[in-house]
Amino acid sequence: MNITIDGIQYEIKKNTTILQACKDAGINIPTLCHDERLNPSSSCRLCLVEVEGTKNPVTSCSTMVRDNMVVNTKSKDVIKARKDVLNLIISNHPMECLTCDKSGNCKLQDYSYEYGVAEGTFKGAKRTPKTDTSNPFYDYDARKCILCGLCVRVCDELQGTAAIGIENRGFDAVVTTPYNEGLINSKCVSCGNCVSVCPVGALSPKRQKYRYWENKKIRTTCSYCGVGCQMDLVVKGDKVVDVEPAKDALNNGLLCVKGKFAYKFINHPDRLKTPLIKINGRFEEATWDEAYRYIRKKVNELKPEYGADSFAGLTSARCTNEENYLFQKLFRAVIGTNNVDHCARL
Amino acid sequence: MTNSIEEITDTDAMFVIGSNTTENHPIIGARMKQAVRNGSKLIVADPRRIELADYADVYLQLKPGTNIALLNGMMNVILENGLYDKKYIDERCENFDELVNIIKEYTPERAAEICGVKSEDIIKAATIYGEADKAGIYYTMGVTQHTTGTNAVMSISNLAMLCGNIGKESAGVNPLRGQNNVQGACDMGGLPADLPGYQKVFKPEVIEKFENAWRVKLSPKPGLTIPEIFNGVHDGSIKFLYIMGENPMVSDPDINHVKEVLEHVDFLVVQDIFMTETAEYADVVLPAASFAEKDGTFSNTERRVQRVRKAIQPVGESKPDWQILMELMNYLGFEKKYLHPEKIMEEISSLTPSYGGITYDRINNGGIQWPCPDKHHPGTKYLHKGMMARGRGLFMPAEYVESAEMPDSEYPYIFTTGRILYHYHTRTMTGRVEGINEIAPSSYVEINEVNANKLGIRNGDRVKLTSRRGQIETTAKISEIIDENVLFMPFHFADGAANYLTNSATDPIAKISELKVAAVRIEKAK
Repeated sequence: MNITIDGIQYEIKKNTTILQACKDAGINIPTLCHDERLNPSSSCRLCLVEVEGTKNPVTSCSTMVRDNMVVNTKSKDVIKARKDVLNLIISNHPMECLTCDKSGNCKLQDYSYEYGVAEGTFKGAKRTPKTDTSNPFYDYDARKCILCGLCVRVCDELQGTAAIGIENRGFDAVVTTPYNEGLINSKCVSCGNCVSVCPVGALSPKRQKYRYWENKKIRTTCSYCGVGCQMDLVVKGDKVVDVEPAKDALNNGLLCVKGKFAYKFINHPDRLKTPLIKINGRFEEATWDEAYRYIRKKVNELKPEYGADSFAGLTSARCTNEENYLFQKLFRAVIGTNNVDHCARL
Repeated sequence: MTNSIEEITDTDAMFVIGSNTTENHPIIGARMKQAVRNGSKLIVADPRRIELADYADVYLQLKPGTNIALLNGMMNVILENGLYDKKYIDERCENFDELVNIIKEYTPERAAEICGVKSEDIIKAATIYGEADKAGIYYTMGVTQHTTGTNAVMSISNLAMLCGNIGKESAGVNPLRGQNNVQGACDMGGLPADLPGYQKVFKPEVIEKFENAWRVKLSPKPGLTIPEIFNGVHDGSIKFLYIMGENPMVSDPDINHVKEVLEHVDFLVVQDIFMTETAEYADVVLPAASFAEKDGTFSNTERRVQRVRKAIQPVGESKPDWQILMELMNYLGFEKKYLHPEKIMEEISSLTPSYGGITYDRINNGGIQWPCPDKHHPGTKYLHKGMMARGRGLFMPAEYVESAEMPDSEYPYIFTTGRILYHYHTRTMTGRVEGINEIAPSSYVEINEVNANKLGIRNGDRVKLTSRRGQIETTAKISEIIDENVLFMPFHFADGAANYLTNSATDPIAKISELKVAAVRIEKAK
C-alpha cells in the first residue's frame, strides 16, 4: 500500500505500524515504551504523529498504516505535543543527571536534549518515593521511573516470569512485586532483562561506577551454558564492569542471571597470575620458562620409559575451538597418543 | 541439536525430557514458555516438578532411570493408534519391524508401572506428540547420565523418526549442551577415537590425511576415555596427566576415587584460571586467561560457531590457553607457530569438512551453523533434510533395564543430581560472585515432606547422606517438587559435594557415568 510521510510517498507492506514504516523510511520517531519484541503499549505518548483526517495525533507504535494515509512526523503540533509529553515526565523526574549512573545512556536525557526541554514547568505534587534494593544485583528507584512498563512486559512476555507489575494509579503508580514483598522474595530470577530495557535510571545494576562515554563495548559469546548468547562486555580501563545483551542474536536481547551479572570472577583477586611449581608439597611461583622446562623434563623422562600411551590429557568444554584443537594436536602429534578426552559426559 | 533454537518459536509440540531447561538453559527455557503462549503444546517428563511442568499439557513425574520405558510406552500408544508417519518410515527409515516387535510389549500400563506414572498420562503425552505436525524433543543429562544413556538417546531418535520429526523444521532431536563449548570440544577432536570433525583415528585414510598435514607419525589406536584414564592411573599404566579447564574433584562421580587418582599419578599439570580443588593436587599449575581476555570461537548447542573476542589484557602473567599450548608444543620440539587464533581456525577448516567454510570474516556477525563445507555454504539450520546423514534412519529399539544401583533396605533412597540456575558447574566462576553466593550459598538436599516427616527431619536441618562410595553432610530442604523416595542434590558445591555419593558405573557405549541414579540413605546429622 502507498502512504505519504512528511510529503514523500512510500510503498509499505500491510500490517505495518506507522512507527515501523517511518523506521524503514529512515525517519526517526522518539519512543520510550516501545520495543519491537513486545506488544505495543502506547503508554509513553512520545511517538505521536499526525494523520491527516484524524482530529488528534495518534501513537505511531500502535497505529497500523492504511492505504493512502498521509502522515506528518515533524509538524509544529507534533513537536509541541512531544515537548509537552517530555515536560510532563521531566516535571515529575528527579534532575539528578550529575550523579545518575544512567547519564549518557538515558533516553529521557537524550530526547530532552533533542527537544530542548531543560526543566519541567508543571510544579506541584511528585511521585511516591519508593526503592527496592533487596535484589543483590540491581535496584529499583521509583522516583526515576517513567512508568513505560517495558520492564513489566519483558519480564512477562519474553522472560515468562511475570515477577513484577504496575500497582496503583497516578502519582502512586509504581512497579512492584505482588504484595510489595520485595524483589528478593518474589518470583524474580535475577535475569536482569528488566534492567537491560529500562530507558532511564530507574532499574540500575549494582555495579562499579563508570560513565558511558569512558568505556568500550566488545561483542562476545557468553562463557556459561551451551546456548551461546551474544553479549557486550563493557570495559573500563582493563576491567569488565558491566554486561549488556545483544538484540540482533539468537538470544534476542535476553540474558540469564549468570550471563548478565556473574562477570565479576574475571577481575577477581583470586585469579592465578603466575605459573606455580610444587616443591616439597608447597606451590612456589615460577616463570613460564621454568614451568615449560619442568614439564619438558618430565615428558622426556616418562615417555622413553613408559611410552606415549602412558600420557593422557583432559581438554576442556570451557575453552575455545582453537584451544581444543591445539590440545588434541599436542597429545596426538607431539606426544603421540590418542588419550584425549574431556568433560562432555558431565 | 538437529534443529535451531529460533525454530522453537514455531513448533506445534515440545517434549522436554530430563532437562530443567529454565534453570540450565534459561534463554531456551524462556523461548519454550513463549512458544506455549503462542499455542504450542508441551510435554514434560522429569523426576522433579520443575518450572516448565507448570506450563505443560501433561507432566510425567517418572522415577529416575526409567526414560526408556516411558519412551517405549509412548511409541506403543502411537503404533496402536496409528499416529505414526508410515510414508516417512517407508521412504526414509529401516528396521521398523524390529521396533514394532520390541515396542509391542510396552503397553502404557506396563510402562506406567515401571515409571511410576499414570498410564492415561502416557497416552495423553503420546497423543500430543503423535498428532503434532512439527514436534521437537529436547533433552539433557537426565537422559544421558545413565548406564543405559545411549539406548535412551536412541529411543528418543526412534520416537522422532516414528512420527517423521527428523529432517523437519521446528522438530528434531535436540540435546541441549551444558557447557559453552562442549559441542566445539567434541567437534575439535577432544575425544579418544576422533580427530577433528569426528574423523576416526582407526581409519587409515584419516590417519594418512592428518599425518600429511601435521608431518608427523600418528597412532591409529583409539585412546582412553576419562573413566578409563582414571583407572589407568590407578593400575599404573597412566603416568602423566594434563587437565585443562576442568575440575573433576567436584564434577566427577565418586570423588574419593578421583582423589586417589590425582594423588597417585606421577605427574599432574593443571591449567586453569583459578586454584581449583583439582589444581591443588598438581605438580605444575599454568595460569590461563579467561574468555574475556582472548580471541577465538565457541560452538553452541545448535552447532553455531560464534566469535569470542578479547576485551581486556590477560590478568597478571596469565596467557590464553592456545598460546600456552602452542608454546609448550614448541618447547617439546614441535616448531609450528600461530600468530593469532584465526590462523588456527584456518588449519581447522582445512582439515575438518564440517568446518570447511568457517572463517573469522564469515562468522563475524551472528556466526554460522555447521555443517558448512565450503566458503560459499550458508551453514545448516537443521540436519537430515530430505535424507538422513547415514542414508536411511535406523530404528534401534531398546529394552528397559534397571539402573546399576537400585535402592534396597540398606540404601533405600534414589539419589539424583543436577544443576541450579545460579551456579555454573563447580563454582570456580560463580562461586566468586558475591550476589550469587547471597542467593545460593551452600549445598543442600531436596527431600519430600513425607520422607522428611518419617525421618524427623525439618527444613534446614543438617543431614548425613551415605552411599556405598562415600558420606557427606549437607542441609535438608523440604520440597514439594521432588517425588517420594527420591533425593536431589545440586553437584556444584565442593563442601558437601554430591559426587562423593554418585556411582561411577558407566554406559558401555558412551562411557558416561550414572550420575542420575545412586542408592543412598539419609539421617539427621548428630
